[in-house]
Amino acid sequence: MTSTATVSSPIRRKPPIPIGRVLAFIALGLIVLISVFPIWIVLKTALTSNSALFAEAGQLFPSQPTLINFQRVLGFLSQEEAQKAGGSGSSISFFAAMINSAIFTALIVFFQTFFSAMAAYAFARLKFPGRDAIFTMFLIALMIPGIVLFIPNFITIKNLGLLDSMGGMVAPFVLMSPFAVFFLRQFFLSLPRETEEAAFLDGANPFVIFWRITLPMSQGPLVTLAILTAIGSWNEFFWPFLIAKNESTFTLPVALQIFKTQTPQGSPDWTGLMAGTFVAIIPIFILLLVMGRRVVESLQFSGAK
Amino acid sequence: MTGSSSAKTFTPPRPKGLPSWAVGYLFIAPAIIGFVAFYLYPAIRGLQISFTDWNLLSDPKFIGFQNYLEVFSDAKFWASFGVTVQYVLWNIPLQTVLSLLLAVAMDRLVSSMAIKGLLILPYLLSSVIVGMIFLWMLDPLLGILIQWLAATPIGKQTFFSSPEQAIPTIAIINIWKHMGFNALLFYAGMQSIPRTVYEAAKIDGASEWITFWRMTLPLLRPVTVFVMVTSVIGSFQIFDMIAVTTNGGPIDSTRVVVLYIYQNAFSFFRMGYATAMSMVLFVILVFFTLLQTRILRANESDLD
Repeated sequence: MTSTATVSSPIRRKPPIPIGRVLAFIALGLIVLISVFPIWIVLKTALTSNSALFAEAGQLFPSQPTLINFQRVLGFLSQEEAQKAGGSGSSISFFAAMINSAIFTALIVFFQTFFSAMAAYAFARLKFPGRDAIFTMFLIALMIPGIVLFIPNFITIKNLGLLDSMGGMVAPFVLMSPFAVFFLRQFFLSLPRETEEAAFLDGANPFVIFWRITLPMSQGPLVTLAILTAIGSWNEFFWPFLIAKNESTFTLPVALQIFKTQTPQGSPDWTGLMAGTFVAIIPIFILLLVMGRRVVESLQFSGAK
Repeated sequence: MTGSSSAKTFTPPRPKGLPSWAVGYLFIAPAIIGFVAFYLYPAIRGLQISFTDWNLLSDPKFIGFQNYLEVFSDAKFWASFGVTVQYVLWNIPLQTVLSLLLAVAMDRLVSSMAIKGLLILPYLLSSVIVGMIFLWMLDPLLGILIQWLAATPIGKQTFFSSPEQAIPTIAIINIWKHMGFNALLFYAGMQSIPRTVYEAAKIDGASEWITFWRMTLPLLRPVTVFVMVTSVIGSFQIFDMIAVTTNGGPIDSTRVVVLYIYQNAFSFFRMGYATAMSMVLFVILVFFTLLQTRILRANESDLD
């Protein structure tokens, strides 16, 4: 508010139309365009029929938009029809992968958030021997690079006979995340204790207090955490790539990578791939449309820790 | 100790029959199981495996420091380390400068949520998807960017398929992915600088440029340190996008450290050697973090 007033203040000896400002606007517009352009190309390619792909490669719009690529990669066409439409004819179904990704994400978001909240509450409010030492170990775990843990974890999952299963894919993520515990503990510490004390005087035990008072008071941070976790799990590649070995367990990023390597005549099936890619982007779009402000604020917060 | 609760130091009470320490342990039980099974145990187990020769099939054989000695004399490991450093150097400086500029533009020009949403859209996409999109747009035959470039004096470029251009290409794609998000972090930091600081500078006759260099940047230092440390740590561990686009080629020009570790573990089944390399990477990352925080003097905030 005050900035608009100072810009036009007579003290500044600048020309009436600040050229710098115009240039900055143009640059910003350009960056927005560059951010969105590749995603438009995904949609454009997905809407182009395979036979028109070559002729329209340099075009910005499909001349005859078609949904056939979506139909064939989601398994709505028979094998012969799909093959005729220019697909590789391989039976990879992004539909199954989409369901797997949704289950994978939902399991992790729900259980990781809940169990991390329980632990965070204990670290913030309860007293037990070794509490601070355990919390410090959680903090140290935040710094260990993924690859250090992935190899031994892969061996654990293999020994448990959980390779190529949803259980094996979610196991390392569902019980806790050091970041989630850290994040929620910070918030719980900032909550006023009065309500909890009142509940205690009414005879409520810690489980009731946690469930009835602390969790409902923490909706904001819980949603923030859930959004960050959901985006991370939906996009997770390395771990599911190690564990998922066939189509029935592939998540979308894994399926896309495998589908890409199944090249029929040397070059990938681009229209099919882009249809699959767009399917994987849709939930992100929906998240942004429905709760864009929340997402932006959550991401902002992920850096403010 | 148990059961006593004064109003001053309030501790939630225990349910009937359970001592208070047991309540605490019940609350952290799931998290502790997860932590022990998938953080603590693998960390110790990884260290243990790194002293063995093991192909997953036969029993691991203890070989002392031999894997670590091999890491230090393995030209391929150091080549992959060099490739990673090369990637980090292409990625980080340009990304940081562009993000800062974008943040300034956001700070001065827009507060629209829609614009912010569009700017962070690339960051919300999986690296696999981003890699796939650019692989297509830069396809030597049909990629739209290649076709457009061919019409300009620059002409067609090789991008992913040349050893010289592959790493810069991947770096720029990652800048595309991360710029909006990093700008958002810088922007949030700029928002927390009191407007009175700028007004004072303006009254003293400072130009916007001087204000940026003398006020904004120094006050932003904690955010800058955070963004740079996390970006460098992330860049050192790049894997997904390379696995999708070049898979290490052409002629190993994009075989980064994590890809080399991955190949040793899951293609050559050299578990001991792979874990030894991952431990070395861990130590290198800790060293870089400490160094960077030192150089950028993380904890000194000029605002206090």
